[in-house]
Amino acid sequence: MSVAILAAEFLTRMAQNLQPDQPSASEQYLGEDMTTYIQWNNDRAREIIAAHALFDGAALPILHALQFEFGFIHEEAIPLIADALNLSRAEVHGIVTFYHDFRRDPAGRHVLKLCRAEACQSMNGTGVAQDLLATLGISWGETTPDGSLTVEGVYCLGLCACAPSALYDGEPIGRLTLDTLADVVREARAP
Amino acid sequence: MTKVLISTDAMSLALGSRRICALLAEEAFRRGLALDIVMIGSRGLFWLEPLVEVETSSGRVAYGPLKPSDVGGLFEAGFLEGKDHPLRLGLLKDQPYLARQTRLTFARCGIVDPLSIEDYRTYGGYVGLERALGSQPQEVVDEVKLSGLRGRGGAGFPTGIKWDTVLHAEADQKYIVCNADEGDSGTFADRMLMEGDPFTLIEGMTIAGLAVGATKGFIYIRSEYPHAYHTMSKAIEVASNAGYLGSSVMGSVRAFTLETRLGAGAYICGEETSLLESLEGKRGMVRAKPPLPALKGLFGRPTVVNNVLSLATVPWILANGGQAYADFGMGRSRGTLPIQLAGNVRRGGLIELAFGTTLRDIIEDFGGGTATGRPVKAVQIGGPLGAYFPASMLDIPLDYEALAAAKGMLGHGGIVVFDDSVDLSRQARFAFEFCAAESCGKCTPCRVGAVRGVEVMDRIIAGIEPQKNFDVLEDLCTLMTDASLCAMGGLTPLPVMSALTHFPEDFDKSPRVAAAAE
Repeated sequence: MSVAILAAEFLTRMAQNLQPDQPSASEQYLGEDMTTYIQWNNDRAREIIAAHALFDGAALPILHALQFEFGFIHEEAIPLIADALNLSRAEVHGIVTFYHDFRRDPAGRHVLKLCRAEACQSMNGTGVAQDLLATLGISWGETTPDGSLTVEGVYCLGLCACAPSALYDGEPIGRLTLDTLADVVREARAP
Repeated sequence: MTKVLISTDAMSLALGSRRICALLAEEAFRRGLALDIVMIGSRGLFWLEPLVEVETSSGRVAYGPLKPSDVGGLFEAGFLEGKDHPLRLGLLKDQPYLARQTRLTFARCGIVDPLSIEDYRTYGGYVGLERALGSQPQEVVDEVKLSGLRGRGGAGFPTGIKWDTVLHAEADQKYIVCNADEGDSGTFADRMLMEGDPFTLIEGMTIAGLAVGATKGFIYIRSEYPHAYHTMSKAIEVASNAGYLGSSVMGSVRAFTLETRLGAGAYICGEETSLLESLEGKRGMVRAKPPLPALKGLFGRPTVVNNVLSLATVPWILANGGQAYADFGMGRSRGTLPIQLAGNVRRGGLIELAFGTTLRDIIEDFGGGTATGRPVKAVQIGGPLGAYFPASMLDIPLDYEALAAAKGMLGHGGIVVFDDSVDLSRQARFAFEFCAAESCGKCTPCRVGAVRGVEVMDRIIAGIEPQKNFDVLEDLCTLMTDASLCAMGGLTPLPVMSALTHFPEDFDKSPRVAAAAE
């Protein structure tokens, strides 16, 4: 194999690892980028629900797939899921609202998940997070007025030996400082 | 062609390994050099990451920690021949941090290509499964019993006894469920293993399936671990295609299939009955026990629910014998414990050792003290429901019973170090705040108690009627401990009361308030 092919192949492979053209079920979850979300539509939602309805315990796989496609769980999804799984609307509403992951409204173009747990606290994660939120003028779970960035708090990303840490559109970042977060905000706001 | 290995474990990625990877490829391309870049898991020496290893005739020579600006210099220095460079570390296995460890569960992590079955077999993979296929189910269960393996998720229940119950339960369908909802802060061993050596978990679950007569398994992975979910799902695909999973496991008449499932950001789903509810597609509400999941678990069928590390240790036990595993450890804690050292520490990482090492050894010798260089004030062991201990108590050995005797718990083996800037009254408040955010809401002591706990702590921190509020706090903690349905509410008092017991000065806010009032 020639060097050129090898290096190029490697770079493609790496790029694919993050943003595959045709994401498989597991690849779907790697990386979150609002620019790839599509507008809510009932027909597409029905297709997604049907494709996952036969899974054992289908509700979570369906909700993840819907959020991956549309960026949030639209109110109209609830009766569709209830019909497909033979559940009441109240039960589906109960499931959606139980889990922190499922958004009821669209997120910004980019999502920053900042860790709020103890290991990150020990490295001034709380201070860094508060400064960021104050700079952006938003609270946990909110989106900047320009729609560029949503900041969500999470409890532990398993990156505790390089605290404080975050996931930015699914990409891990460690040893966060105000400077690295300023870079993230700048990138999120870039057109 | 020279083989260059680099970790793409999520923590390595967080430290910039993807950029290093791309720069290596670009630089090699520019120089017309042929490189075989292999992305592997991490060995767990995170203060040295991102690091690259080059395969040479004298072994894998490591260089790190690398900044993007170091890459050009590495090529200039001749790192592809293992030549000298200021960041040359030599062989990783000679690093004292690694040389002092006993890696059984993590023997392959950071060495093998995570998605290569050939690599896995080269390094001893599937020997345990072969033995299990040639044994009776009871023999496999007895081997696990003999090993003394206890659940690594936190409760420390003997794995072999759990398996025995499921083996002798009558049912048309049984399940193996792997609890990969590793939500405790300061823990990352499950994540590392799933990203670095996923076939070990697959093999362990397959052995469990053969042992108890289960043909189907689920791995419930938290959504905060997208990389682990991705690698694990891929590995299942690879193992299925290679005949290690499916209707005929390794050409036998035995069947075992596996699926991954993604959690959705609920800490409580790490509790086994809540996890089962979630797997069934419901709200993750805790179930009352009995019935035990071993008898009435997933979809009402007998189910083995084990942590990632418990299941991933089984292949080693089957390959080397239960007695060989039991020969490690102390007291009733047999074998090795993958300790995760995190937080404010200079050398954080994964440390797998036989049970019985002291906290001091881990934090001072392995960890090298705090990252900030300030004195250690407190360590929290076992996640958000674990106790805080002061620097004066670091001689406690890491063992289930010894920690319980010191009114703490080992949990999943995560240790978070804090320097002297921490205020333990704030940490106690956070314990309640976390419980309030993550309680499933089924039982009142946890659902309401956590909220009341935050309020009481706010009053204590504000210096309002301290003695009265300490009484309320203690009463509340007793109630939550005694009356909660599961460990979430039942153990939240542990960090709170340990903080109060060991750091009373942090709770005495009266001088500050008095000064403010004047």
